Amino acid sequence: MGSEILFFFEVLVGGLLAGTMYSLVALGFVLIYKASATFNFAQGAMVFFAVLSFVGFMELGLPFFLAFLVTIGLMVVVGLSTERLVLRPLMNQSEDTLLMATIGLGYVLEGLAQAAWGVEVRRLDLGIPDFPIMFIADSIGIFISALDLTAGAVAAFMVISLAVLFTQTKIGLGLRAVADDPGAASSIGIPLKHIMLLVWSAAGVVALVAGCLWGARAGVQFALVDLALKALPVLIIGGFSSIPGAIVGGLIIGSTEKVLEVYIGPFFGGAIEGWAPYVLAVFFLLKRPEGLFGEKIIRRV
Amino acid sequence: MATTISTYSRNDYINFSVLMVLGFLIIPMTVNSDYWFTSILIPWLCLALATIGQQVIMGYTGQLALGAAGFMAAGAFACFNLILRVDGLPFFGALIISGLIAAAIGIVFGLPSLRIRGIYLMVATLASQFFIIWVIDKFGWFKNYDSSGIITAQDIVIFGRPYTSPVDMYLVILVVVTVMTILAINMARGSTGRNWMAVRDMDVAAESMGVSLLKTKIQAFAISSFFCGVAGALFAFTYLKSLEPVAFDIKLSFKILFMCILGGLGTINGAFIGAGFILLFPVLLNYLGNNVFHGAIDATIISALEQVVFGVLMIVFMIYEPLGMARLWENLKQRFFKKKNK
Repeated sequence: MGSEILFFFEVLVGGLLAGTMYSLVALGFVLIYKASATFNFAQGAMVFFAVLSFVGFMELGLPFFLAFLVTIGLMVVVGLSTERLVLRPLMNQSEDTLLMATIGLGYVLEGLAQAAWGVEVRRLDLGIPDFPIMFIADSIGIFISALDLTAGAVAAFMVISLAVLFTQTKIGLGLRAVADDPGAASSIGIPLKHIMLLVWSAAGVVALVAGCLWGARAGVQFALVDLALKALPVLIIGGFSSIPGAIVGGLIIGSTEKVLEVYIGPFFGGAIEGWAPYVLAVFFLLKRPEGLFGEKIIRRV
Repeated sequence: MATTISTYSRNDYINFSVLMVLGFLIIPMTVNSDYWFTSILIPWLCLALATIGQQVIMGYTGQLALGAAGFMAAGAFACFNLILRVDGLPFFGALIISGLIAAAIGIVFGLPSLRIRGIYLMVATLASQFFIIWVIDKFGWFKNYDSSGIITAQDIVIFGRPYTSPVDMYLVILVVVTVMTILAINMARGSTGRNWMAVRDMDVAAESMGVSLLKTKIQAFAISSFFCGVAGALFAFTYLKSLEPVAFDIKLSFKILFMCILGGLGTINGAFIGAGFILLFPVLLNYLGNNVFHGAIDATIISALEQVVFGVLMIVFMIYEPLGMARLWENLKQRFFKKKNK
C-alpha cells in the first residue's frame, strides 16, 4: 500500500517537473503576447532554431559559454529582423493575420535551421545527468531526475526575473503600456521599435534556455517543434497574458498528462499523452475562456 | 472580402465547359505518362478538395481551424471499413457515408467554436487532430486488426468494373471533385455562404440581423469536414493506396492550411491554385536540384529550403496580398481584359 502511494507521488512529481519544461516554452509566448498582443506561433520553431544553432556552434568548436553567447546574439538578430520585416509592415492588422504571419515565420525558422545545420538528431550534454538522484531516492523513496530538478529551478528563476522586469522596472511599465495601446504608448514617447526588439530578443533567450533543457532530455531534433505545440494548452489553462499562469498551466498539464498516462493509459494502449493536454484545454476553455490568470476578454462591437 | 456574384454570366458557362473538356477529354487523351496522373493530378485534385473544406471553415466562416488531416483520416478509415464490412455497398455510396461520418465528427469538434475563437479555437481543433489519429491507431477494429500498421486499400469497383489504372482513378476523382466543387460554389454564393461570410466579417452583427450563429457555425463545420472526409478517402484509395494514420499527421493539416491561405482565403478557385502551388513547387525544386545543380545540393537541404520559401511567401502574402494567389490571378486577368476591351 505504502509503495503505491509513493509511486503515485513519484509520477506526480515527475509530471510536475516535466510540466515546468512546457512552462518554459509557454513563457516565450506570454512575453510576446504581453508586450505586443501578438500570438507568436513561431515560438516552438524559435526553440528548435535556438538549440540547433547552439549545438551547431559547439560542433564548430566553440566552447560552451561562447556558443551560448553567440546563439543569444543570433536570437537578437532574429528578433530584430522579425520586427523589421514581419511586424512593422503588419502593424494594426487583425490578430488572425498576425497569427498566420507568425506561422509563416515558424516555417522560415524551421527551414533555415535545417538548411544550415542538417536534419540528423543530435545529443546535447549539459553535464546534468537525466538519472534519478540517489540521495533523494534513498531518503524518501521517490525517483527524481536531476535534469527535471534543474528545469524546475531554471523555470522558477526565469519567472521571478521576468515578473520583476514587468512589474518593478520602467521598461516593464513601457512593455505593458505598449501591449495595452500601442498608439497611445508611442504618443507619449515610448520607443515602440526598441520595446519590440527587446521583447523578441528576450523571447529568443527564453527559447534557447527551453531548447537546451528539452534537447538534453529528448535530443535536438525536429520533434521539438511538436513538443512545443503542447505549450498551447498550457497557455490556455494559464491565460495568455500571465507569467505565473504559464507556470501553473505547465504544472497542471504536466502532472495531469503523466498521471493519466500511467493510470488510465494502459487500458487504451497508451500514448494518451499526445491528446490529453488538448482535450483538457478544451474543457478549460468551455468553463473559463480567459484562463486561470488571464485578463477577462471583453469584445466590443 | 470576397465579392458575391448573384447570377452566372455567359463567361462562367464558357469557362466551365472549357475546363470540363480539358479535364475529361484532353488531359486523358494527351497525357500518357502515369507519373503525371499518380504524382501530380491525383494528389492535386484530392488535396484541392480538402482545401475547399478548409476554405469553408476558415476562408468563408472565419473560424481558425487546424485539423483538416484528422477529418481526412476519419473519412479514409470510414471508407475502408464500409467497403470491408458492408457487402454490396457501391463505392460512391461508401464515399458519401464516409463523408457523413467525418461531418458528424466535425460537428462534435466544432461545438467549442460556439464559445471560442481565434487561437483558442485552433487549440480546440488541434485536439481533434491528435484525438482522431490516436483512436484510429489504438483501436484495432478500425484497421481490421492488422498488426503491420499499413493496410492496402481495396480496389475501386464501380458497377462491377474495377478502376485501378491511373487514368481510371483520375477520372473517378475528377467526377467527384467536379460535383463537389459545383456544390461548394453554389453554397458559397447562396444564402448559406452569405451567412458564413456574415459570421466571418462580424459575428455579433450577423447575430443581430437574425443569422443563427449556432446553426451557421455547426453547418460550416459539418460541410467542411464532409469535404475533408471525402477528400481523405479519395486520397487514401487513389494516391496513398494504403491506410496508415501517420499519413494524416499534423504536417498535412498545416499543408492544407497553407494551400488555403496562399491560394486565397474565401475563394474556391484559390483552393485549386493553392493546392497546385504547394504540390508543384517541391517538384520544381527537386527538378532544379537534379537537373540544374546535378545533385550538388543535398535533398534534405532542398526540402528545408522549400519550407523557407513557403514561410516567406506566407509572410509576404499577409503583408501585400492577404487575399492570396486567387486575387493575383484576378488582377492579372482584369489588366489583360481591360486592354483588350479598349
